[in-house]
Amino acid sequence: MSRSHEATIPPARGFSSSSGGGLKTSTPASLELLYAAAAASDPFEGIASAMSFTKHLLMHNCDVWTPDWYNPTQDPQLGTTIMAVEYDGGVVLAADSRTSTGTYVANRVSDKITAVAPPYIYCARSGSAADTQMLADTVRRYVTALALETQRPATVRTAAALFRELIYQNKSRLTAGVICAGWDPLNGGQVYSITLGGTLVRQPFSIGGSGSTYIYGYCDASYRKGMNREACIAFCQQAASLAMARDGSSGGVLRMVCIEESGAQRLLFTEDQLPRGWQG
Amino acid sequence: MLLEQDFQGFSFDLFLRNQQLLRRWSNESKERIENVLAKPPRKTGTTIAGVLFAGGVVLGADTRATEGNVVADKNCSKIHYIASNIYCCGAGTAADTEATTQLIASQMELHRQAVDRDLVPVAAAMTRLKHYLFRYQGYISAALVLGGVDELNGPSLYTVYPHGSVDQLPYVSMGSGSLAAMAVFEARWHEALTEEEAKCLVYEAISAGIENDLGSGSNVDLCVVKNGGRAVDYLRGYAKENVRVYRKPTGHVFARGTTAVLAQELRKYVQVTRVVSDL
Repeated sequence: MSRSHEATIPPARGFSSSSGGGLKTSTPASLELLYAAAAASDPFEGIASAMSFTKHLLMHNCDVWTPDWYNPTQDPQLGTTIMAVEYDGGVVLAADSRTSTGTYVANRVSDKITAVAPPYIYCARSGSAADTQMLADTVRRYVTALALETQRPATVRTAAALFRELIYQNKSRLTAGVICAGWDPLNGGQVYSITLGGTLVRQPFSIGGSGSTYIYGYCDASYRKGMNREACIAFCQQAASLAMARDGSSGGVLRMVCIEESGAQRLLFTEDQLPRGWQG
Repeated sequence: MLLEQDFQGFSFDLFLRNQQLLRRWSNESKERIENVLAKPPRKTGTTIAGVLFAGGVVLGADTRATEGNVVADKNCSKIHYIASNIYCCGAGTAADTEATTQLIASQMELHRQAVDRDLVPVAAAMTRLKHYLFRYQGYISAALVLGGVDELNGPSLYTVYPHGSVDQLPYVSMGSGSLAAMAVFEARWHEALTEEEAKCLVYEAISAGIENDLGSGSNVDLCVVKNGGRAVDYLRGYAKENVRVYRKPTGHVFARGTTAVLAQELRKYVQVTRVVSDL
């Protein structure tokens, strides 16, 4: 997959700019400084310009012994189902656990829900494993530094804005769809979705990754305002297991993280603990 | 008018040139193309693997290096030193895995001296590797299995992909033989492995790669890091199941006249006189 080609990056989901109703908080001055610092020490500096190297690899490197369905030089992808739901006083993040290189499952128990500022801010990653791991590491570094400097924990919006900034400024080089979610005393539980193009939107619930396309209808139909924690967990279980059943690039176990004022709690559901849809 | 722009990052002009040449020479012979373009690098079509056990970690590798469909080295070493408590198996381009692991090994020794400790954390080596490989966007083809023991996390095992992503699992495999190796792990791995069981399991996994993958072959090397990172068993040639069974003791000597003489032509030496003139 020539993922460095700008044209091959799917267009960002069509959120109109007016939908950013949750983004009314003005950017804190400290964040502006942080952006400047981020720009000065660009972690993505010097990485390749847009160009398909795959052909070259195939010509020079590609081992005659490597079966075409297993090519470790292929970028491991988080062909994924991720989602997050806000509820009164917290959020739930959910993700499947499949990482694939081509058609080979490189990791069947991967953890795509990564702590950004534990225990209050987490992110769910989709797209290139390498890109999103690096993004999460980078955001965690900046958020930690900001918290130390300002002597208060960073807000969820700040972390999400950092994701947005890094993805937007490097959009030709990255394949990353991130859902950043967490809890802070200012705005309670929040879910932010950052698209491949670098748009940041706050949503009451958000779904992402290749598996999400199968469950847009289900989620729109069954999401209810004002669900409590248990209802949100059940909603995630149902939606994610439907996506994992239909999407070949999603599967394995279902991981969840619940974040509220008391901290974060991890949940794990194996295949036999998930709701079963129509099996044919 | 802005004629030059401030260019940051790598230049891939030569890559474009090579592609252009390839298009133009689509009918040319492979030799001619290889004369102009770089020679394909030596690849280690490989089986490498690692398993955690209670007291440490076992790494394993086959010993075949290939150049196209030729076995370039029948007994190469694919388990590289990173630090006294950390070792790393490499798959991909031999030059890349060798250079990358040597670079990180030197950085880890400097790090160890800077922090004035006996042992460096395995996570430190992992982070260095992933940042280095990420910077090169997969163009350094090094697929690594990194294992070791440190005071921070005890036994650790990671896989590092050429693009810079990292997985942490109790049993891992990499390289073209990784499917065969993983099949063995998925069938036989259990949570309470002893050191001896772990060694046996890794040996069986590598052996599966050697037997079922064309790119892997020859012997099994193992490396056990244990005892809090203070003891290492580097078992070069742990199993040698592909030794040559029969070698003719006398070698091959052919009697004179074995090859028929088809034609014969004799010429006398021609005398050449060199005249030096200084005009």
